[in-house]
Amino acid sequence: MSENISNPTVASSPTTARSGAGANIDTNHTLVELSHVEKHFGRLHVLKDINLKVTKGEVLVVVGPSGSGKSTMCRTINRLESIDSGVIRIDGEPLPEEGKDLANLRAEVGMVFQSFNLFANKTILDNVTLAPIKVRHMDRKDAEDLAMDMLTRVGVESQASKMPSQLSGGQQQRVAIARALAMKPKIMLFDEPTSALDPEMVNEVLDVMIELAQEGMTMICVTHEMGFARKAADKIVFMADGRILEENTPDEFFEHPKTQRAHDFLSKILTH
Amino acid sequence: MSEFIKLFSEYNIPGAFLVNIELTLWAALFSLILGVILVIMRISPVSSLRTVAAGYVEFFQNMPLTIIMVFMVLGVFAQLKLSFSDEFAVNFFWLAVVGLSLYTAAFVCESLRSGINTVPLGQAEAARALGLSFIQSAGGIILPQAFRGSVAPLGNTFIALLKNSTVAAAASVTTESSTLMSEMIEFHANSIVAIFLIFAMGYVILVLPIGALTTYLSNKLAVRR
Repeated sequence: MSENISNPTVASSPTTARSGAGANIDTNHTLVELSHVEKHFGRLHVLKDINLKVTKGEVLVVVGPSGSGKSTMCRTINRLESIDSGVIRIDGEPLPEEGKDLANLRAEVGMVFQSFNLFANKTILDNVTLAPIKVRHMDRKDAEDLAMDMLTRVGVESQASKMPSQLSGGQQQRVAIARALAMKPKIMLFDEPTSALDPEMVNEVLDVMIELAQEGMTMICVTHEMGFARKAADKIVFMADGRILEENTPDEFFEHPKTQRAHDFLSKILTH
Repeated sequence: MSEFIKLFSEYNIPGAFLVNIELTLWAALFSLILGVILVIMRISPVSSLRTVAAGYVEFFQNMPLTIIMVFMVLGVFAQLKLSFSDEFAVNFFWLAVVGLSLYTAAFVCESLRSGINTVPLGQAEAARALGLSFIQSAGGIILPQAFRGSVAPLGNTFIALLKNSTVAAAASVTTESSTLMSEMIEFHANSIVAIFLIFAMGYVILVLPIGALTTYLSNKLAVRR
């Protein structure tokens, strides 16, 4: 894949020091816990007995072939997808079913989508201030200051008064990250954040994510960017056919995959 | 030509059209309010609200307007004794507005729903993921975009409303245009063609600008993605 060509040191040298957030991990504090989660789409069994723990400060990268259930799993964590059975806990609390409790929980969980999903009828600044004003009841002035801080952090502060359609894909995705960060989330979910981007814009988004990981943000990232996975992840989760087949450190996973399925997957994507 | 001048001097033709315009504007306002409420119910997470709104839309879309108008007069006014004003003409005017509004709201709801279908699902998901409530995301994100995506069908609905306002004749509203037209034909049977032309042109003159305006707004307001 392209990142291996553009960034050969990351892919080829197992000794490359990970800039992941290792030092920030608080192993006693489980932020997200999935136990025995099952989900069907009609007759399709998309999540099979998913068990997963993410501790505070941990950066978890979920990889696997298309249709393996990675995105669905990511979306169940803030209940954009409901589950058939099992339990999902965020910071110890079971996920509320609906209503105000669910909205409050979602405010604590930042989400970045493959297709950016910036609000098309609002300016960049309004995209970022909307939830702090409506959900956190912040003053407009404070919310705007906060939004400008966040936009500066992702490097798009000069675009604040534009509409989303006037920005490039990479800029839009960085705004989407800023919008999620403005809610000061406990955890950030990334659902293939670079899959819809032109190749030359992938790195500007990954750079922001790596920075975030280094600052100690707890992150769950579904991605096909193996360079990023190596560089930023504390733990790699490999999924196929709705199951978690492997859970390991990046070095172990990329050098010594335990299952044949992971071995096949890696040999397919890393040979080019 | 003298025929036209005679007809115009004898009857208050612009006044009759004005009644249609007034009926249309009031009914447009009320049907828009009711239509927005209906469409919010139709997309709400509460299934009973969805069912009620869907039932309303099905009922009024399949009901001939004439029957609604006759019901407003014979049922609501004569039988149920519901009255808006002691003055006969004013009362019937508002009965007609209510009938037209109830009927048109079903079509406004469906126009808006077609607009909602132009809003990508991701917009609602992003709003929910940020912790916005259903009402907050519907009011702040979904409906504003849906409105801009449904200018053309809404325009058509209101053009239909203007033409439908002639059915108010069934509610015996004072001198609405089609009532005046029958009256004129009765007394000037030899000028039927001229009378027809006057009223046909009147509606063309009223409808054309609405059509042009909606086309213009539809392009200007379209949401860029």
